Parts: sequence; structure tokens; C-alpha cells
Amino acid sequence: MPLQGFLGNALLAGSCIAVASGLIGYFVVLRAQVFAGDALSHVAFTGALAAAAAGLDLRVGLFAATVAVALLLGVLSPPARPSTLRARLDDVSTGMVFVWVLGLGVLFLHLFNSGGSGSNGTLAARTLFGSIFSLTTGQAWLAAAIGVAIAVGLLAIGRPLLLASVDPPLAVAGGVPVRALGFAFLALLGLDAAEATQAVGALLLLGLLAAPAGAAHRLTASPYRGLALSALIALGATWVGLALSYWIGALPPGSAVTLVAVGFYALTILT
Amino acid sequence: MNPHLTLNLGSDVHQLLAYQFMVNALQAAGIVAVTAAVVGWFMVLRGETFAGHTLSVMSFPGAAAAALAGVPLAWGYFAFCGGGALIIAGSTRRGDRSGAGRRGPGQQAAVVGMVGAGALALGYLLLSLYGGVLESLESLLFGSILGVTRGQVLTLAIVGACALAFLVFAGRPLLFASVDGSLAAAGRVPVRALSVAYLFVLGLSVAATAQITGVLLVFALLLGPAAIARELTPRIGLGLGLSIALGLAIAWVGLGLSYFTGYPAGFFVTSIAMALFAGARLARGLRDRASRSTPPGRGIRDRRRLPGRAASR
Repeated sequence: MPLQGFLGNALLAGSCIAVASGLIGYFVVLRAQVFAGDALSHVAFTGALAAAAAGLDLRVGLFAATVAVALLLGVLSPPARPSTLRARLDDVSTGMVFVWVLGLGVLFLHLFNSGGSGSNGTLAARTLFGSIFSLTTGQAWLAAAIGVAIAVGLLAIGRPLLLASVDPPLAVAGGVPVRALGFAFLALLGLDAAEATQAVGALLLLGLLAAPAGAAHRLTASPYRGLALSALIALGATWVGLALSYWIGALPPGSAVTLVAVGFYALTILT
Repeated sequence: MNPHLTLNLGSDVHQLLAYQFMVNALQAAGIVAVTAAVVGWFMVLRGETFAGHTLSVMSFPGAAAAALAGVPLAWGYFAFCGGGALIIAGSTRRGDRSGAGRRGPGQQAAVVGMVGAGALALGYLLLSLYGGVLESLESLLFGSILGVTRGQVLTLAIVGACALAFLVFAGRPLLFASVDGSLAAAGRVPVRALSVAYLFVLGLSVAATAQITGVLLVFALLLGPAAIARELTPRIGLGLGLSIALGLAIAWVGLGLSYFTGYPAGFFVTSIAMALFAGARLARGLRDRASRSTPPGRGIRDRRRLPGRAASR
């Protein structure tokens, strides 16, 4: 199979996105923020459509919207309980914010469709379900660079973040800035949501974020092994998914990657 | 006649009801709003927001599968949402039983999230097999007020009545089990069965709501009114009543504005819900600040209050 052209681009971008999502996802599951990840993936849709309606590059809107809403969710979450110091994101606020942002997305879609040159639902479908096979070489390299940057950023704050996620009081006692780390992590999650939207689409992002990490959490209790395993599973799911989608024409790449990741998680339950 | 908004409320309502499709849409939205408001109030109380969202997502593969199989879309909605509820109930039950230590809330949320992501992936695959009619994708995801038929209104009414009947029948023990599960279990309330049954009812009402609001905007009617009501009052009866009233208002005003302006209904419905929620939360914050100066013990006086908000402080 040719590693040049669109498949090579897809593999390059997909691999970096998968590793970044696998690493971020491990912490998302550890910190019980899966719903926030889900919400951010929906926000990515609005960001992209807002940029499209304004005539900007889609990626500007993607990254701006997800990072802004990630930080907004952090601000809206109620203050940590003194007993555990564990800041939980409030599910109700998260749900309200993301449904409103989706409502805005519908408006932008309407504006874009009525104002633009009659482009029908293609843009919506591409944003929602990804179109990794249509990345150009430049886009793929940029996506890869951002994926690597997210992974490096996460590993840089990995140790204190781990402590802050598992035992906040101890982290505070050790002088770890728990709240600042929480925000930094949400910003990284936002970046990753925007990044992964390009690969698997806004709606299927959760497959890359939650499934490999969930499987890693089931397979090992050791955090570093878990992180590595999560990234590896995400990478494997992306490669298998892309290959399947390449050979089977009717299978969209986003669906393939997500279904492989979820299927792998189901296997870990059965064993 | 082009509809235009006037200051005369009577003439506005007259314009709203001028077309049969609009009457259907308003009736369907009303039925769905009442059901979703009551079911959603319990959802917020039980902290099952994420499960509710995942169930709403299940209706997407449901609709796609029904389209592929050539049966009415409603069948797909109800079958997949009901099935999804049972899957979620089964997977969280497994998590509860086999060790609370290693597997925290994050792991359970991960399972719920994965069910949703898998469902969406499956739905997109089914749609792609069907031949990808993208126009219908948009109305599937974000709702369309144009296509509501008389038969659909009837189906929604039956499902809504069943869901409400369940909550009238099982409301008291469900409330008990939601607020204090271990005490309810000690009092011989079938907590597990109630929780599975509730998730199933949630699935059915979500399926009904999704047919009007679209798959992605179910939360505007399911979560919005309940969340606003919970901000405004901790009382049970008042909260439920408020939730229903807010749900109806949000749905009808949103539809009306959409009819008059030509912009999508989903945008108005979600924006009204969000504005009211932000206002209610702000009001609660101000009220809390004011009441913090008064001596404690205020909440004990009223027996029909829910714990949680007072206890968490």
C-alpha cells in the first residue's frame, strides 16, 4: 500500500493525534472529566463553523473555541471541597454550556449555508465526522507538530499533574499548584479536542480520548505503564482503523478508528 | 402571508397557528417538553447527566438503521435508545459490583462515553451505507420543525404518557433511592431495579425528544428546565412544576421565534435555556452571599427539601 499521498498524510497526522489523545485521555479518565472532553468535542464543531461563516481558516476557529470553552468550564466548576480538595467539573454546567454552544453552531451552519455558495451539508459532515483522508501535506505536518507539542506539554507537567489528580491534599502540601495545573490540563484538553477533530471529527473524538485510556486503566494500575499503553492502543486503533477504511470503501475513517478503539475496550472487559 | 412579529400577542398567536405543520410542531414540542422536564429533573437529581447525553446520541444510529432497513424512523429511535439504556445500566452495574477501589467514577464515565462514541461511529457508518443523504443528516442532528406529522404527535403523546405514568407510579421510591441509596436499600426499596427502569424511561423520553430537537440538542429540553428549576428552588413539588413550566416556555418561545425570524429553532431554544440558567445561577450566588450573613440552620426548618446542596457546603 502506498505511503505517499493522502494515505501517508493521514498516517502521519493520525499517529501524532492518536499519541496525544491517548496521553491526554489517560488523565481525562483519571480525573473523571470524560464528560468535559465530550463537551469540548462538540464545541469544536461550533468553532469550525463559526470560522467558516466568517470566512476564516477552520482551524483558527477550532483551536480558539475549544481552548476558550475548556477554560470557561474550569471557571464554572464549583470550588473544591475542603475535605478532598478535588475540583470536580459540574456536569450540569458542562451540559448547559455545550448544548448552548451547539445551538450557536446550528446558527452558524444556517448562516454559512444561506450566505455561502450553496455548499450543502458537506462541511457539517466533515467537521462532525472527520475527513483525515483529505488532509494536504502541509496540513498533515502542522497537525503532527501540534500533536507532538501537546504530548510534550503533557509529559512536562505529567508528574505534578499525576499527584494533583490522585491526591490533591498531598499535592497542595508539597507545594504543587493544583488549580493552575487543572487549568493547564483543560487547555491541553481543548487543544487536543481541536486537533483530533481534524482526524476523527468532533463527534467521534471521544472514541480516541476515552476508549484507549479506559482500556489502559483496566489493564494496569501503574500510571507510567498506563500512559504508555494508552498511547499505544490509540496508535494501534488509528492504524488499524485507517487501514480498514482504506480497503473498505464504505467505511468512513473516523467511524473505523472509533469502532476499533471501542471494540478493543470491549475485549478488555471480556478477558 | 409572510409571518412577522408584532406587539399584539393575539395576532402573533393567530399567525403561529395559521399552518398545520406549525400546529403539529407546537403540539409535539409541548408534549416532549413536559416529558423531558419531568424526566430531566430526576436525571439532574440522580447525577446521570452524562448518561442522558449518551442516550440522546444513541438515537443517531437508531435513525440511520431505521432508514437503512426501511422502517419508520421512530422505531429506530426508540429501539436504540431503549437498548442503549440497558447497555449503560448493565455496564455501570458491573462496575459497581467488581470493586469500588480501583475503578473510580472516571472509569464509569469512560464506559458511558465510549458507548456514545461507538454509537455515533456506527451511525455514521450506517448512514454511509445508506448512501449518505446529507441534508437529512443535518435535520437528524439538529432537528427540523417542518416534518412533524399527526401520527408522530400521537406516538410522542403515548410515549410521554407512559414515561409520566411510570414516574407517577414509581416517583416516591425513585426519589428516595436517588437521594439516599443505602437507606432506601435498607428500607426494602428495589434500588437496582428502579435505577435500571429509570434509565430505560430516560432512554425512551430522550428518543421522543430527539425526534423534535434533533440528536444533539436534546439537552436543551432535557437538562435546561431541570437545571434552572434546581437553581431556583430545592423543593420537590415546586421544582417539578417549575421545570415543566420552563420547559414549555422554552420550547414554544423558541419555536415561535424560529417561525418568525427564519433562523433555526435549536439556536433559540438553547440560547433561551442558557440565558435563564445563567440568570438563575447568578441569582442563587447573590442569594447565597446574602444568606451567609444570617445564622446557620435555616435549611432544617423546611422538611420537604432535598439534601445535597446544604450538605455539600
